[in-house]
Amino acid sequence: MQRARTAHRVSRPGTGVGWWQAHAPLVVAAILGWCLAACSSPWNSPYPADDERRNIFYDTFTERPKHLDPVSSYSENEAVFNAQIYEPLVQYDYLKRPYALAPLTAVATPTPAYYDAEGRRLGPEAPEADVARTVYRIEIQPGILYQPHPALARDAEGNYRYHALPPRIINSVSTLADFPETGTRELLAADYVYQIKRLVHPRVHSPVAGFMMKYIKGLPELAKTLSELELDAAGYIDLRHYPLDGVRLIDDYTFEIELTEKYPQFVYWLAMNFFAPVPWEADAFYRQAGMAEQNLTLDWYPLGTGPYMLTENNPNRRMVLTRNPNFRGEPYPSEGAPGDAAAGLLDDAGKPMPFIDEAHFLLEKEAIPAWNKFLQGYYDASGIVSDSFDQAIRFNASGDAGLTPQMQSKGIALKTSVTASVFYLGFNMADDVIGGDSDRARKLRQAVSIAIDFEEFISIFLNGRGVTAQGPLPPGIFGYRDGAAGVNPYVYDFIDGRYVRKSAEYARQLMAEAGYVDGRDVQTGEPLVLYFDTYSGGAGEKAVFDWYRKQFEKINVQLVIRGTDYNRFQEKMRNGTAQIYSWGWNADYPDPENFFFLLYGPNSKVISQGENASNYQNPEFDALFLKMRSMENGPGRQAVIDEMQLLVQEDAPWIWGYYPMAYSLYHDWYRNNKPNLMARNTLKYKRIDPELRAAQRAAWNEPVLWPIWLVLGLVALSLLPAIRTYRRAQRSAAR
Amino acid sequence: MISYIVRRLFFALPILIGVNVLTFTLFFVVNTPDDMARLQLGQKRVTEEAIQKWKADHGYDRPVLFNAEAVGAKKVTDTIFFAESVRLFAFKFGQSDSGRDISSDIRQRMWPSLAIAVPTLIVGLLINITFALTLAFFRATYIDLWGVILCVAMMSISGLFYIIGGQFLIGKLLNLVPISGFDVGLSGFKFICLPVIVSVIGGIGGGTRWYRTIFLEEMSKEYVKTARAKGLREPLVMFRHVLRNGLIPILTGVVVVLPMLFMGSLITEAFFGIPGLGSYTIDAIQRQDFAIVRSMVFLGSLLYIVGLILTDISYTVVDPRVRLS
Repeated sequence: MQRARTAHRVSRPGTGVGWWQAHAPLVVAAILGWCLAACSSPWNSPYPADDERRNIFYDTFTERPKHLDPVSSYSENEAVFNAQIYEPLVQYDYLKRPYALAPLTAVATPTPAYYDAEGRRLGPEAPEADVARTVYRIEIQPGILYQPHPALARDAEGNYRYHALPPRIINSVSTLADFPETGTRELLAADYVYQIKRLVHPRVHSPVAGFMMKYIKGLPELAKTLSELELDAAGYIDLRHYPLDGVRLIDDYTFEIELTEKYPQFVYWLAMNFFAPVPWEADAFYRQAGMAEQNLTLDWYPLGTGPYMLTENNPNRRMVLTRNPNFRGEPYPSEGAPGDAAAGLLDDAGKPMPFIDEAHFLLEKEAIPAWNKFLQGYYDASGIVSDSFDQAIRFNASGDAGLTPQMQSKGIALKTSVTASVFYLGFNMADDVIGGDSDRARKLRQAVSIAIDFEEFISIFLNGRGVTAQGPLPPGIFGYRDGAAGVNPYVYDFIDGRYVRKSAEYARQLMAEAGYVDGRDVQTGEPLVLYFDTYSGGAGEKAVFDWYRKQFEKINVQLVIRGTDYNRFQEKMRNGTAQIYSWGWNADYPDPENFFFLLYGPNSKVISQGENASNYQNPEFDALFLKMRSMENGPGRQAVIDEMQLLVQEDAPWIWGYYPMAYSLYHDWYRNNKPNLMARNTLKYKRIDPELRAAQRAAWNEPVLWPIWLVLGLVALSLLPAIRTYRRAQRSAAR
Repeated sequence: MISYIVRRLFFALPILIGVNVLTFTLFFVVNTPDDMARLQLGQKRVTEEAIQKWKADHGYDRPVLFNAEAVGAKKVTDTIFFAESVRLFAFKFGQSDSGRDISSDIRQRMWPSLAIAVPTLIVGLLINITFALTLAFFRATYIDLWGVILCVAMMSISGLFYIIGGQFLIGKLLNLVPISGFDVGLSGFKFICLPVIVSVIGGIGGGTRWYRTIFLEEMSKEYVKTARAKGLREPLVMFRHVLRNGLIPILTGVVVVLPMLFMGSLITEAFFGIPGLGSYTIDAIQRQDFAIVRSMVFLGSLLYIVGLILTDISYTVVDPRVRLS
């Protein structure tokens, strides 16, 4: 039976064997072709061989963006994409420092016109109380086109091709690419007006809607009107038919925004994606019934005028930005900061941007694979995680960071910058023990501020990537002072050009003055116990908490860590039941108001759910804040800021912590890099040398095969004793 | 047999309802709808009105389990629990809290999970059976002894070590395959090599030891002794008798995990950048996206029940003496 079956298989020459004989050359050629194509790029390349020499920028992302609708997006990881696609009215100059706004789609950077209650025009320094309304009249550049998009496609009669699709068609598409036709049109001022109305669309959740309702005239009323509408499941509203008092269309290229008070920082908001233009056609297209079920939403497929458009949105794997063929070709800046020309940052001056054809962002949830792929040349830039820090960075005798020989041998460049952020420990000023305006509590807070040695913290936990803070304002923000003028005299002394932390002995003395001798309350004799409220209680955090405990022990205070989950921690903060907490703030815009408002009394979290998490209340500070926020930058404003700094340094509602430093590594084929902590639309300035990159990748990624042969040889050798054992067993069985 | 399967499916209903209630309760004990809204809207400048608006738009403005203000059946039906749970049984997972269609996401993400899980299962099974059979063949020799020691050592090493070590050795030092990433079609082959190799190696220790035990147990049975007594050569005894009968518990053990292959592996997918279902649930928990968590737990429970039913059926296939009734 067995033999017969075998014979049957062999006796079919006309099928299997014949087919193989006929097609073998073709199959071999196909396999060889595939191998050759694969071998033209390194074996370990994660990219197709065809892309090896293309002008593509490669980067990573760790978490999928939640929102790409510009009215909802408020995260850094979303801005990486949105800022290249959408164009607000203004942008931050890429090279100039200090940070300054420059027109993007606007003809000029908007300036406010102030009016009093009688309609009289006031000067820029007019006190806030005198200003009844502020008007920004904004003119945009003509001739700016949207990216090709099906929402803008029209047929021969001029009707929109995909605005009234039957459910059958919608159910048959799954991506934008399934719509064969695209169209474009010119950017109009009406698109900016439309987007501002979208802030209060009942089905769109803008994090700044509530904030903007305080300022933009008529926005609360529009929100109320829209919320009362009966909407279908798709939630389409043609917002063009709903007027907004404070935003007026003058002509195709001009519109006005009216604010109900003086708010000079509003111009910075005009640089954010909340104020990027969205054509009404986008809503008409995406808010058709059934589109959301197909995951076709503006939150997923943006529509902008910027240098790039999102052509692949698969945040489970890859996001691809492709050059917008309709982009007008904005010129590269011709002026920069001192040193920029010598650094080659002005070599491309005046050339039309963008320089890169595509940007591929690949999902890398873990840092180790991403780091290794950067070293192999498969990513053009990288940050440095703690695990890789020693491999990449070494400090010289004077404490300056430099690259290790391994990095230097690859031609990698390091750029460091102090971020426009502050990380601090906050005291809850509403707390009975640590908070309040009493001299006792103030001295207690000052003593704790001295005891917590943030220089050591930066050294141990941040690999030196931070600068100790003297107050809430980080470097690069107007009002920040360096050197002796910037010292926090309650925590530091300025000696020999350095900030020197006051001694633990001095801190203990302050404790005694506060009524706590050797850590005990002199009245009750009870030891002082303070509570650190946190939501991060993992194993990795234990070392940090142990370190905090040791710092408090310097002043004989027992620190109890109260760990909880993130939601409960937030609840404690909202209710004002936390005592000491750690928090941070990233600047929205480079103005001191954006930091001092974190300590402004009416913004107290307990009172108004605002951003003053410490619930700090100081009428003198509040008055100065109101004065400072409406002033133009200059000596007068600096003087007010200095006064405010001194007040909060003395009151110590925060332990000022540190300003984090960003360390970025770049391969030498990646050009025009200058850290810009405010601008997010920086991809258009960057340049890649794909030939150099391909050559480097090939040199760095030669496959190493000998270990494979070695392992196979060892396996074969290891079989010999087994075979011998088997034969011996057979022989012994035979006996 | 059909009546048995139908009966088992009916038994599954209360289990699924129980799992759903448990998931729902645990999730809402930790996350209130307000918490979910805050996480979705971000931490900066969010007002109470914005939170209420988000809750209303996502249906989280209703009572969680019991609506005291409603009348009649609506006391139960006009609740978050009822509204969100009933449609699960019709496999309508709805939209995630961030607005994505969950069914579409699952359909999209299960293929990469399968691309890793299926070859890992098949190759792992073949290798483990081969090794186990070899050890059983050379039982009580130094090969068996050192093989078992090696297996125990391999079982004792963390899976994370295999992943990082594999990436370092094969992807970085030898430059043979990409360290991480994924692609579809033929070009995806080079991406699945490393995770499959690493997963297979990581499973050799446990798998080989288990299968070795099964084979040794078979070898001690009377029919094997009879075969040997008949003068059958040892390799024939091993392949014709021990392997065939040893495969019964192995295959039934495999069948139970088949449906779960869809769910992917969290760590492997995270480290190798595989866009599968493994990380979908964990990402959702971190983002407090209840809609996804609920759907994935429901799906996981269902697949587990299906796996158990398939196991029962597989018994009847591989052992004709077993009858389902």
